[in-house]
Amino acid sequence: MFTDFFYILRQNKVPVSLVEWMTLMEALAKGHIKNLDDFYFLARAILVKSEAYYDQYDVAFQQYFQGVEAPEEIAGQVLDWLKDPLNRLFLNEEERAKFEGMDFDELIKELEERLKEQTEQHDGGGHWIGRGGTSPFGHSGYHPAGIRIGGQSGGRHAVQIAAERRFKNYRSDLTLDVRQIGMALKKLRQLRRTGLEDELDLEGTIKATAKNAGDLDFIWQRSRKNTVKLLLLMDVGGSMEPFAKLCSQLFSAAHSSTHFRDFQYYYFHNCIYDYLYQDVERVDAVSTLHLLHTLESDYKVLLVGDARMGPWELTERYGAINYYERNEIPGILWLKRIRDHFSHSVWLNPDDPRFWIHPTVQIIGKLFPMYSLTLGGLEQAVGKLVVAK
Amino acid sequence: MEKDNFAQFSGSEDYVTSEPLRNAVNVSIALGRPLLIRGEAGTGKTLLAHSIAKGLEKKLITWNVKSTTKAQEGLYVYDTVQRLNDSRFGDKNVSDIKQYIKLGKMGQAFIAPEKVVLLIDEVDKADIEFPNDLLNELDEMSFYIPETNETVSAIHRPITVITSNAEKELPDAFLRRCIFHYIEFPTPELMEEIVRVHFPDIKDSLLSEALKSFYKLRDVDDFRKKPSTSELIDWIRALIAGGIPHENVSKQMPFIGTLLKKESDYDFFVNNFVSRRR
Repeated sequence: MFTDFFYILRQNKVPVSLVEWMTLMEALAKGHIKNLDDFYFLARAILVKSEAYYDQYDVAFQQYFQGVEAPEEIAGQVLDWLKDPLNRLFLNEEERAKFEGMDFDELIKELEERLKEQTEQHDGGGHWIGRGGTSPFGHSGYHPAGIRIGGQSGGRHAVQIAAERRFKNYRSDLTLDVRQIGMALKKLRQLRRTGLEDELDLEGTIKATAKNAGDLDFIWQRSRKNTVKLLLLMDVGGSMEPFAKLCSQLFSAAHSSTHFRDFQYYYFHNCIYDYLYQDVERVDAVSTLHLLHTLESDYKVLLVGDARMGPWELTERYGAINYYERNEIPGILWLKRIRDHFSHSVWLNPDDPRFWIHPTVQIIGKLFPMYSLTLGGLEQAVGKLVVAK
Repeated sequence: MEKDNFAQFSGSEDYVTSEPLRNAVNVSIALGRPLLIRGEAGTGKTLLAHSIAKGLEKKLITWNVKSTTKAQEGLYVYDTVQRLNDSRFGDKNVSDIKQYIKLGKMGQAFIAPEKVVLLIDEVDKADIEFPNDLLNELDEMSFYIPETNETVSAIHRPITVITSNAEKELPDAFLRRCIFHYIEFPTPELMEEIVRVHFPDIKDSLLSEALKSFYKLRDVDDFRKKPSTSELIDWIRALIAGGIPHENVSKQMPFIGTLLKKESDYDFFVNNFVSRRR
């Protein structure tokens, strides 16, 4: 039953497994479903395990159930219609002959046939199921044979709930809030035993105590701490304006994460040249060379920017957008230096990946692994930052 | 089993539920599978278990999970230290290991003579492997104690409610076995109902003013921690206790500290809401 729905869900990237599908079948077999609304919530509770997929579920549900109501209801309507002899008056000779020759089951079968053949919403016309047509199936048709399927039948039904797509904002391929970014950044950790020996080594203590014939002998060890140091370099101003909020969320998440051993951040405009800046207004400058000298190569580097600029800004001497910068070394070489100095670096691009065909985005994408600044992208980027090299 | 009466749970008088949530609860009871509840902090995830227990008149067993909790502790603990102590100083028969096996919360739920509600609170606080270690126990509702060569199996499958704050991702194998429900933030209409449950004789004017201000604050995206239901309840309690004239509520926003708990949020509020009015 509903097997296609399973595949439509999977097409929509909802991670449904057979185990869950069988559970749903079990629940259906118990017969607790009275209508499509019940089915919508039941299937969602069983099949979908994170609010991040609620939206995809809604989309799949719409695709599968668009314009269809629960079979019982259709059956009831067909039956009611057939019971009313007045309805038959409106049929022409040919149709009457056809329908009178059909028993109820055949009619339902015919309905199912046509439902199967039909692949899209259909209004008007004389054969397909749709609205306002003369086909015996559909709704709002002047033809009395119009078995009403869907349409306004009072109350919100499940397809409408699905059509609302209230859970759009929970999708994991969209960015959410500071907390979620913080969660993603939490994965950025490498635990190592450092510092004073201030943690009780239980295993060791037991062993030593046993060796000591039962007299307690405490063994201490260093506690595990996160050794990740993070360097955040953010493009501000200009074309980054639309993403300002997103970037500030990323920043506050990184800033409030207490688990990094060190966290440093600097700003730049479009591309990095001789100087990086400690403030958004780009007044307090720090020499990029100085940073490269003073920061160890084990800093994890997160570069954030749309990477869109005039090609000359990236490749030319004196190409900087700010005329007075007079960079002797083209930006691309600076970027290369940064990439070569640090063992792990990634570029987060808040722009829609569809626009990454821009030439400078392409060039920078070859220098740094580039990910979109969404939860999914951030998680991938973090994964890239912690792999051992 | 319980298939005869599917719609068992219909909320309790002090807890307002939405229809999807009731359905999810009933599905999980009917299928005997754990119900995993997620949602924003303060939307009543833990209270749900209390409400189920109350609504169905079952005993509630709560297992509060902490970062150091091990799955084993929920099943049973073998108190070796006590046994060692008894072997040296005590007068008990230490060869009877049974008396040193103490059942954990899950074990207690299994051996309870009648069906109970088992709440595993904040499952994501523990180690990432924690849920995986409980897979079999949740599936079979039984576990084996090697020390005494005994198998403890559930007399009645407990109604299991698991809450999570999404701090850590839960393993897929675990999720596959659960019924999942995400508690959405209540709509103003539902919120009104919820508030009325807590304050049956609240004045309409106060309620509408408070809700108006509350949802205005919720709309501000710049707060680090948006106020939630439990904070609203606290706030209204403070408003009633303080006897604030109703028409002043939305203008002055008194007792804002009950709604905004972070210093930065408070500063933001003062800068953006208070100064504008002066």
